[in-house]
Amino acid sequence: MSDVRLVVFARARETAGRATDEFAAATVADLLDQARERYGPEFAAVLATARVWVNGDEPAAGLLTVLAPGDEVAVLPPVSGG
Amino acid sequence: MVLPAPDGPLWAGLVDEPIPTEDLVAWATTPGSGAVVSFLGVVRDHAEGRTGVAAMTYEAYREPATARLAEVAAEARRRWPEVERVAVVHRLGELALSEASVAVVVSSPHREVAFEAGRFCIDTLKETVPIWKKEHWTGGEVGPAGSDWALGEQRIRAIGDAR
Repeated sequence: MSDVRLVVFARARETAGRATDEFAAATVADLLDQARERYGPEFAAVLATARVWVNGDEPAAGLLTVLAPGDEVAVLPPVSGG
Repeated sequence: MVLPAPDGPLWAGLVDEPIPTEDLVAWATTPGSGAVVSFLGVVRDHAEGRTGVAAMTYEAYREPATARLAEVAAEARRRWPEVERVAVVHRLGELALSEASVAVVVSSPHREVAFEAGRFCIDTLKETVPIWKKEHWTGGEVGPAGSDWALGEQRIRAIGDAR
């Protein structure tokens, strides 16, 4: 289990009710399970359309990515810059 | 957040203040430039199925967004080596109607390349840089005042993905 920081944006931030949070999680899948539990179904619905990054980029191992202490996991809804 | 200094022929970043568009154009205009193409994305008064949009709020995953803006500019110069200079700047925070949210400025000896590279930059930015906008609209015939996140065009992709 690692102490990992979660950062969330746009509608994911609003449905989580916060911009950042802390989790003890072994993998990305584990962290997202806990986040769904912690924030509820509205957040889970946004998460279903989002991409999840680790330390600023898409992790090659996806949900199976093993997390280390200090890692930053980000939930990115579909982007709309410009 | 203040715009960092140019990095050689590339100038990219996020700003919280109005985009210094005239500075970008002046910087891009090198002695070898025969064409300087500048594109501004500006806040408009309507969106998909919605009228009376009065303002827009932009937020970013700042560090990765800054890095990806620089990568977009660098990729444009890789694809079109004749390009002299490329500036890609996005603004964050609350913007009023007609304010510029994004600026792309490309210079090159001839216009074809400047247009193509500029088009590449704005299209790629929209798909690869972690930035989101929330529309704020006034009340009217279609309903009360409110705000909502703009529909993302697609899930964020990597800059290097084939298009």
